[in-house]
Amino acid sequence: MEPTQRTIQLLLRPDQHDGEGQRIAEAARRHLGLHTGRVQSTALYTVRYPLSDQQLRDFATHCLQDPVLHEVAFDEFRHGPEYRSYILVAKLPGVTDDEGISAQNALGDLLNEPLDTHTQHIFSKRLYFLEEALPEADLRRLAQELLGNKQINRFEIGPLTDIRDYTPRPGGGAEPITETVPLTGLSDEQLVQLSKDNLYALNLEEMQTVRDHYAGMQAERTAAGLPLDPMDCELEIIAQTWSEHCKHKEFAALIQYRDLDTGEAFEVDSLFKTYIKDATSEVDRQLRANGNDWLIKVFSDNAGAVRINPESLFVWKVETHNSPSAIDPYGGAITGILGNNRDPLATGIGGARLLFNTNVLCFGNPEFDGTLLSNQLHPRRIFEGVRKGIEDGGNKSGVPTVNGSIVFDDRYAGKPLVYCGTGAVLPMQLDGLDSWEKNIEPQDRIIMAGGRVGKDGIHGATFSSIELDETSPATAVQIGSPITQKLAMDFLILATRRGLIRCSTDNGAGGLSSSVGELATISGGAVVELADVPLKYPGLRPWEIFVSESQERFTLAVEPAKMEELLALGREMEVELTDIGYFTANGYLDVRFADKPVAYINMDFLHDGVPRKVLEAEWQKPQAQEPTLAADLDYTDVLTRLLGSLNICSRESVIRQYDHEVKGRTIIKPLMGATGQAPQDAAVVRFNFESWEGVAVSNGILPRYGDLDAYAMSAGSFDEAVRQIVAVGGKLPNLSYGDGNFWSVNDNFCVPDSVYDPVSNPDGKQKLAKLVRMCQALRDATAAYCIPLTSGKDSMKNDFKADGVKISVPPTVLYSMTAKIEDVRRTITSDFKQADDVVYLLGETYDELGGSEFYQFFGELGANVPQVRFEAAKALYILIGEANDQNLIQSCHDLSDGGLAVALAEATFGYGFGAEVDLPAGLPVPVQLFSESHSRFVATVAPEDVVAFDQHFGGRATRLGRVTSDGQLTVRHASQPVIAADCATLRHEWTNGPVNRIIGFGQHETAQQ
Amino acid sequence: MVDGDGNILLPGYKSVDGGHESAEPLKSSTEAQAGNPQPAADRSKVQALILTGFGINCEEEFAAAYRLAGAEATVVHLNQVLHGHVSIHDYDILNFPGGFSFGDDLGSGVVLANKLRYRKNDQGRTLLDDIREFVAGGKFVLGICNGFQVLVKLGLLPDLAGTATPEVTLTHNASGRYEDRWVRLQVNPKSTTPFLAGMDTLEVPVRHGEGRLIIGSPEAAAAIEARGLNCLSYLDEAGAPTAGYPRNPNGSDLHCAGLTDTTGRVFGLMPHPEAFLSLYNHPDWARRKRADPGLSEEGEGLKLFRNIVEHIQRQPSASASVQPKARQASI
Repeated sequence: MEPTQRTIQLLLRPDQHDGEGQRIAEAARRHLGLHTGRVQSTALYTVRYPLSDQQLRDFATHCLQDPVLHEVAFDEFRHGPEYRSYILVAKLPGVTDDEGISAQNALGDLLNEPLDTHTQHIFSKRLYFLEEALPEADLRRLAQELLGNKQINRFEIGPLTDIRDYTPRPGGGAEPITETVPLTGLSDEQLVQLSKDNLYALNLEEMQTVRDHYAGMQAERTAAGLPLDPMDCELEIIAQTWSEHCKHKEFAALIQYRDLDTGEAFEVDSLFKTYIKDATSEVDRQLRANGNDWLIKVFSDNAGAVRINPESLFVWKVETHNSPSAIDPYGGAITGILGNNRDPLATGIGGARLLFNTNVLCFGNPEFDGTLLSNQLHPRRIFEGVRKGIEDGGNKSGVPTVNGSIVFDDRYAGKPLVYCGTGAVLPMQLDGLDSWEKNIEPQDRIIMAGGRVGKDGIHGATFSSIELDETSPATAVQIGSPITQKLAMDFLILATRRGLIRCSTDNGAGGLSSSVGELATISGGAVVELADVPLKYPGLRPWEIFVSESQERFTLAVEPAKMEELLALGREMEVELTDIGYFTANGYLDVRFADKPVAYINMDFLHDGVPRKVLEAEWQKPQAQEPTLAADLDYTDVLTRLLGSLNICSRESVIRQYDHEVKGRTIIKPLMGATGQAPQDAAVVRFNFESWEGVAVSNGILPRYGDLDAYAMSAGSFDEAVRQIVAVGGKLPNLSYGDGNFWSVNDNFCVPDSVYDPVSNPDGKQKLAKLVRMCQALRDATAAYCIPLTSGKDSMKNDFKADGVKISVPPTVLYSMTAKIEDVRRTITSDFKQADDVVYLLGETYDELGGSEFYQFFGELGANVPQVRFEAAKALYILIGEANDQNLIQSCHDLSDGGLAVALAEATFGYGFGAEVDLPAGLPVPVQLFSESHSRFVATVAPEDVVAFDQHFGGRATRLGRVTSDGQLTVRHASQPVIAADCATLRHEWTNGPVNRIIGFGQHETAQQ
Repeated sequence: MVDGDGNILLPGYKSVDGGHESAEPLKSSTEAQAGNPQPAADRSKVQALILTGFGINCEEEFAAAYRLAGAEATVVHLNQVLHGHVSIHDYDILNFPGGFSFGDDLGSGVVLANKLRYRKNDQGRTLLDDIREFVAGGKFVLGICNGFQVLVKLGLLPDLAGTATPEVTLTHNASGRYEDRWVRLQVNPKSTTPFLAGMDTLEVPVRHGEGRLIIGSPEAAAAIEARGLNCLSYLDEAGAPTAGYPRNPNGSDLHCAGLTDTTGRVFGLMPHPEAFLSLYNHPDWARRKRADPGLSEEGEGLKLFRNIVEHIQRQPSASASVQPKARQASI
């Protein structure tokens, strides 16, 4: 029986300005070259709930309509007389519809009765009217490229005379049946084809291993009453557990490395173990030997944890969400940030309080004007969608986005990189237990908390482990609901403080299969009853329920005796909790649907059975040379244009749309100064309102250098993140006995497919060699600074293939660093503070323009890539910390993209100061101005402190000049001016660079009167 | 609260687990009925009740503001109040913090306002009934950002007619976007609200996408201006009220950043004074401190909370400490 379907339409009153309509018309013209005429935007709510006419009217006028803004129409599509065509944007079945759910919530309040939340009764849509009678193809383009995404939206378009409505009808489809998948007798080709067809992402050897395992289990399976062939759910579980995403097979592989230049050859027995885990163990040994025992949890949980003080832990995690963001930028980014939030939330027992978010984004040139490949989204669209996803993911969760970075390179035009980081704080003890430990006893209940399960995100774990192509599946896309997660988060905080939860974990990649599968390793097994799992709609097969990556879910282990109290708390806080089974100790993951087996897998095989990969790496130094540039360059012009270049220009339009100060604890924000336009090196956040302790946060990422030397790129990225923290007043760890100065670092490798294949990946060995060298640099850097890694991630297949073309990202590594700040009031910002303060360069400049923004400006790469000289760098960082203890530093800005010239300019942006600077004799002017040599800073010093400052730094500080009040930047060399610029002009160029132009600067619309 | 050397004068220790720590959170109804003792509230202090849950997210700094101002802050989940486990009448100030209640899916604050207006408790009363009684009894209501939006959609601001009917609305910024930036506000000299007593200007961050005040009719606008209910205006660089972006970040009618009702006891504003409790929240703190090493370490936003706490302390009869009856009634 079809319930009556009613429609409520909200229209802006004629005297109200339709900002959305106007923005759509402008964007259509600007980005698509389409002239729509005026656009009218309206909201539709389709109600499939039995209501009387009066109830419907009351609901619309009391709950939906804003009497000042809207008029309401019922069961019609009202519009102005001048419109000729329409676009309806609805959601596909099962796609999260928060607006519809909220309307349903409001209806329940109005009627004063709880509505059955298992069924969606209200569906939200947008209906747009266009003045021009555009052809269907144009309307469809507008719909798909500006108004929605065909992966999640259903569009209806056409002339106004023929408006078609669409309301999703979830359900129907498959029965809850389980099939077997015979493997015996399949040829190698058939095994590979099966893996590809079912998106298992397993290679031949892995498929053979699975086949052989089942061949050897026949007696046991017969005895247990199971089919001899694997059931579909079993293969899905194995594929998910063995996916590159979850198992990091390439970081665990045996690698044969050869240096073709020197003939040197060696074997790497797991990149992760050799360069990351063992390196951190050595750091930890040194820390503990010196009374610094703050490293609490590394590499073994959802996030790493370090001790802030005897009461508290700091939890830190950074992940990537690249593949989903390539297909649905908004959905990919919002689930990226929300998913990453769940990692610290569900570390140890769980219930950490989120303190801040960060993000680092790598995109293709947003002004790209060439032809796109099939299913490739325009880089501008990816940029805008990802930015919006991060805005909603952070802002709506109440977590400040305090730090970030955007890197542009055409090689990110296929797959963008979307790194999301979250810092959180957790009490050391929760209800008397160590909060960072995960304990589970057999018979503990398995509770699923938060959202419901649908077909969204099926195969995300395996899908992100292969390259993207034009046929990539829509079901791999998920939509986040920040409010659902906020409710679950609030619940988790209280439940853990009350001792109601033994431990928790996140449902991310791999869904229940991953979360239950991993928790079950603690007790030694689990029984799951999938028929009890609450679904968004019927029609899911058991295996789909188990691997679905529907968002906003946690899996909890709960003592049976605590169940009643936990469920009561869930009801009170309106968080859905479902008992879906219990943990065991029998060594099997036992999954059932309505008591019938759907999977019964030996835990040892599942977690340790994956065959090890053996890979080859070959290194050869790339041919490169220094270019010859014109001798008569106008450096004022070069500086001005560098400030307006894509990788250096202001990101203010992006930054201001992120809430960077909710929670009231942000001390150094991305932009500071009286103008609010002075860019800062690292963010600083205090932990609470009762102490001045805080944490500094920074990001190091320099992919361009990797074209010259992956080792130098990785080392430089590490140093960049360290020096950003030093610039704001952070101190290196372990400088004195028991100083307690924690550092916590996440490494995130994002590389192209680095497994050699003579046909599909002929340069795979070179790519893998780059990865090895990146890891070697990481090991050397951690050892040099005594800075530990606490968690990390690798994303191995960042390639986009379509129409016979492959776009691969450059090998990229991000180091996301956090360090304790003893007193946030002693931190340092980058902007000049007062006229006549003395300007210094700290550290040494080398002829290292290779890979610089300066060379890039002339279309050159060069050869002399900047090297990190760890010992000298460390000594300088220690000196800076000591100088800050003596209050000798008034401002400090690290030198990075664009070198000294850009850093000097940026330091004037906070207030209206200028600077007079004399470059020392020695290196050529362009090297002094634009070299990106590492471990350097521009610092200012009060005139009265100059003697002490000089004495303290000795030869490490070069006096350059002074801060002036006239707003002019003057740089001289051998008494000749080389730069003479008005700082307001420089700031204007920087502020009106391509990023702010593309994102728009939020000017008010002209109100139409 | 810090002394001249920056030492914190606030009791409490260095746990980072703030927020709910003083406010025993969310008792289940069985616990409440069993008469579990409430946290040892210091009833001699002004009592601030701060609502949270359903996407509200500024409750921690809100609570910190009241504690720094010398009041006792209690953070509770909205359902605690809706289900009758906590009575607002036990408190002096009812606070609606910022955030995204119910995701702002139907317009900012709409679903929460709807819940307060229509959801009835066992006695058949809505929370709006309670709030109107609370205000009529001389008590105070403060809404910031999303909380301001809730009070506007509930019709409690400006409430010219005294019937809790919406007369103005808050909608999408003229820029069409969410924005985080610092603004300067002027206090309307005509305003009599104790929240703003003795204040002339105020620097604060705005962090919203729907802060554009639209007044339903010219008559309403005239009445608001005549009674000085538009208590805060956005200022330009020269210190004059402005419609110009970005100093006026949203394009509000009357350049208005905040409203009071006709009693001055209900107050709402879009910007976040609770985000400026310490000097070190300000984007220009480092230069200002260099220019004036003796600069107070207190943020300007704290003044507003001190104002209302001190105002209530001066009216002993209005203090919740002498009216414990409602609490007993709720058990």
